[in-house]
Amino acid sequence: MTVENSVGTVKTKYFTFAEPPRELKLESGQSLGPITLAYETYGTLNSQKSNAILIEHALSGDAHAAGFHEGEKDPGWWDSMIGPGKAFDTSKYFVICSNVIGGCKGSTGPSSVNPKTGKPYALEFPLITISDMVHAQSHLIDNLGIDKLLCVVGGSMGGMQTLQWVASYPDRVRSAIPIATALKHSPQQIAFNEVGRQAVMADPEWREGGYYGHGQPERGLAVARMVGHITYMSDQSMEEKFSRRLKEKNYSFTFKTDFEVEGYLKYKGDAFVKRFDANSYLYITKALDYFDLSDGKLIRQGKAVDTRFLVIAFKSDWLYPSYQLQDIVRQLKTKHVDATYCEVKSTYGHDAFLLEVEEETHLVRHFLKKIYKEGE
Amino acid sequence: MAEEIARLDHKVIYGIIEPGSGVLDLGCGEGDLLYLLSKKKGIKAQGIELSEEAIYRCVEKGLSVFHGDIDSGLTEYPDKSFDYVILNQSMQEVRKVDLVINEALRVGRNVIVGFPNFAHWRARLRLLLKGKTPVTYSLPYRWYNTPNLHFLSISDFKEFCAEKGISIISEHYLGKGKPADILPNLFALNAVFVITK
Repeated sequence: MTVENSVGTVKTKYFTFAEPPRELKLESGQSLGPITLAYETYGTLNSQKSNAILIEHALSGDAHAAGFHEGEKDPGWWDSMIGPGKAFDTSKYFVICSNVIGGCKGSTGPSSVNPKTGKPYALEFPLITISDMVHAQSHLIDNLGIDKLLCVVGGSMGGMQTLQWVASYPDRVRSAIPIATALKHSPQQIAFNEVGRQAVMADPEWREGGYYGHGQPERGLAVARMVGHITYMSDQSMEEKFSRRLKEKNYSFTFKTDFEVEGYLKYKGDAFVKRFDANSYLYITKALDYFDLSDGKLIRQGKAVDTRFLVIAFKSDWLYPSYQLQDIVRQLKTKHVDATYCEVKSTYGHDAFLLEVEEETHLVRHFLKKIYKEGE
Repeated sequence: MAEEIARLDHKVIYGIIEPGSGVLDLGCGEGDLLYLLSKKKGIKAQGIELSEEAIYRCVEKGLSVFHGDIDSGLTEYPDKSFDYVILNQSMQEVRKVDLVINEALRVGRNVIVGFPNFAHWRARLRLLLKGKTPVTYSLPYRWYNTPNLHFLSISDFKEFCAEKGISIISEHYLGKGKPADILPNLFALNAVFVITK
């Protein structure tokens, strides 16, 4: 554990709103309330409230993006990018990271208690969309007294939320950094998500979503996560990490774990079921699949958008291939929106957005510096 | 301020572009020219560049750039999106020159084209007397490592413009560190044309 350039010990905070009857109207037409959002903040909001950056997390992420929770030895999920002197420099900027609704990391989701029944929502929880997640976050940003965000940024699903922020609240976003993401899921991406969902729902322990009090559908969720992990790596990164190395000297000639890659996926799957709710996995992957800002929906017709974009793709990312990032750029070009696009050389696959820290830092630091300076 | 500009072709292009223009630089390299134009002339700059390293240098300078090749980077722009589209020392490196020039003329009110002159007397002599592929100050590469896909002279380009109905607004001829206005097709190392359609 390194504490150099760390934001130090942090605590997750909670914001509750949309108390009935003022519930949040969802894209599906249903309503949800009350809603709690778990969030963390790092750095200090300046007096003009012009230095706020909103970090959006990916599918299995949470509000704990940087620093250390009391007594824990692992830092937040994007600690390499957030802290004093880092890409998102907390000595200059006020950094916010909010968990999404539908999640299971302190925000209202299917595992939360439904105040109407006193029991977990389970499948009573309404289907949510990326737009609903962002809508909920806008209440948090209001509550923090921030009118305009200096930047919204995120990778993967975080990138979708970033794009959605611009689509929903173009006047509130001075700059946006979507990373390794897409305007919409392709059939291939939907297909991988559906395999994950079917694995969860095929597990008898799922009990039609009503497993609370009985224990998670662990096997199903672990398999879902294993599929996910394959899509996050590249052929080359798997070759480098595992090759065909065996756990033991020889083949076991059984169906036990022979290859290191099998052991790795099992380990990742088993670790995941301890920290993530199976129903949340269903709800959030569905939100990913519903997301669609293609065909001019990112920037609405007749709307002048001043938001500046930095769009980042990774060469070996086959889950969110660079053509999907270029599609974003294409939409921006047709609408005269200022943008920079970079395809970073990397062998890490989709995971690159969490690992290619040096390149991302370089791009983000200079991009933000310019945006921030222009606002002064 | 133009005195500070080291490269003569940059100095010429800098002189052409009016303050506050919208400028797209195709093959902007590390962004030196765009940076200068943004800083001194307040232009709205956009670059396209293929090299990842060069993209990082551009972002350092605060420029907006697209990482990609010129051939595929223009189709989305609406007509006349820019006051100037620059194709300086990059035209001879694109695969389909006529297509790129056409697209540049569509998205830009004016297009600035800069290229090395293949008909410079040194190039002619080398080919004529030594029977070797020309290597000159403006064409410094050997046959096996040149990025240039097309070799053209000033006369070639003028003929091209005439054939395609492209109007030449102004032409600038560059020698080594100074203009080369006398018999340019023989004495100019580089040429910069401003064209429109």
